[in-house]
Amino acid sequence: MSDKVPPDLRYTREHEWARAGAGEVTVGITAFAVEQLGDITLVNLDVKVGDEVAPGKPFGTIESVKSLSDLYAPVAGKVVRINEQLSSKPELVNEDCYGKAWMIAIAPGDAKAFGTLMDAAAYGEYVKTAAH
Amino acid sequence: MTDSHPRRTSLYETHVALGARIVPFAGWEMPVQYTGIVDEHQAVRTAAGIFDVSHMGELRLRGQYAAQVVDYLVTNDAKKLADGQAMYTCACNDRGTILDDLIVYRRAQDDWLVVCNASNRDKMSAHFARAAKDHCDFDDESDATALVALQGPRAFDVLSKIGADAARLSSLGSFRFRAAEIAGIRCTPSRTGYTGEDGVEIFCAWDDAPALWRALMAAGADAGLKPIGLGARDTLRLESRLSLYGNDIDETTNPIEAGLGWVVKTEKGDFVGRTALVKIKAEPLARKLVGFEMAGRGVARHGYALLDPAGQKVGVCTSGSPAPTVGKNIGLGYLPTSMTPIGTRFLVDCRGKSVEAVVASTPFYKRAKR
Repeated sequence: MSDKVPPDLRYTREHEWARAGAGEVTVGITAFAVEQLGDITLVNLDVKVGDEVAPGKPFGTIESVKSLSDLYAPVAGKVVRINEQLSSKPELVNEDCYGKAWMIAIAPGDAKAFGTLMDAAAYGEYVKTAAH
Repeated sequence: MTDSHPRRTSLYETHVALGARIVPFAGWEMPVQYTGIVDEHQAVRTAAGIFDVSHMGELRLRGQYAAQVVDYLVTNDAKKLADGQAMYTCACNDRGTILDDLIVYRRAQDDWLVVCNASNRDKMSAHFARAAKDHCDFDDESDATALVALQGPRAFDVLSKIGADAARLSSLGSFRFRAAEIAGIRCTPSRTGYTGEDGVEIFCAWDDAPALWRALMAAGADAGLKPIGLGARDTLRLESRLSLYGNDIDETTNPIEAGLGWVVKTEKGDFVGRTALVKIKAEPLARKLVGFEMAGRGVARHGYALLDPAGQKVGVCTSGSPAPTVGKNIGLGYLPTSMTPIGTRFLVDCRGKSVEAVVASTPFYKRAKR
């Protein structure tokens, strides 16, 4: 399950995925991250539309029964959309992490940043190492 | 504890075969979850769960003066126990703070078993060995003893399916234990647990645990028995307000402020920590461990600061988690005594965000009497 990685996305070392759209990059967390976290109970997106986000700076947190983790932006840019559903339906992350549980969409400051992220093959390898 | 070679119980391969996620815990590689914490938690509340707790420490004291040695090291009154009876207690140091919380089993007047936390095994083993020297025989039997817990409203339905002797265990009183044979395995079931549910904890020889586990799993298939990891063990105990050593209690806390005054019998005679505890009991408490519920959006976690309404740090959260049965985010923490009445509002510093919380009555969950 978690070793299958969608081929059309790019990935971070913190297990976020990034999907390229028309002038925006949509962001969520990967199935590997979801499996590590377990039952998701809270998604806190601490940004609003228009805020600047940058890699290495958390844009929110996700809480499972066991732990709290930061959410990191894969690329720098301006937040253009937020998935408001997640605040009342955190379970969407467990159900559909690559789809309905997208978190934010970013208008990247640098169009080339997306291409520097890990591709599916590289992330697949990375996960294998992370899981031993 | 941070040993580079974590140890494995005799059930390690069983856990891996069941698809468990394994994590390091107190020097052991233990299953944190199999299917998911919430799913496992509900199984124990509504049906039954089976836990490997073989990492716990078992200390054996035997001889004419074994009873006195045990009683001198614990805060509860071991002299009140009959053969086949157990009790929960603290062991304190001279300052009256908590070295460990234990269950003490009287097998016979001259034969005692003390079960300690895995994280404290070396410390407690040395503590009891030192006290036993020149007075009674001491053996650390932890490496030879496995412990499997069977907990939940259907725990005794499961046992009723594995032979006459196991079926008779439902007549065992609370905190009573006896020798038994389950699926041909000689063992010692005890009517104790760490979940807030009815059930037993079963001691057996280290290498017999996989066969015992298999027999219980097979017998419990129809009853909805599931294997339960450390994750759900923690949410189950927290809902029932059972203390976790290292989180809620440790060598900086005393049993009185931790709400464990009921296991401190200062009138029983001398014991380690008595002088300090008499003094602590006589003076007003500066702080108390209380249960609370989050009123705002957020989960309190171990170590988060507790703030008064003005935002000043006044206490600390010792345990916190979403509570699957209660359906709220709950926690335990130390607050100044003036802020401990039920209903008192305060704030939890959730990593820079102040989230409102309210002191709640505990246990958060209490099982229905049947």
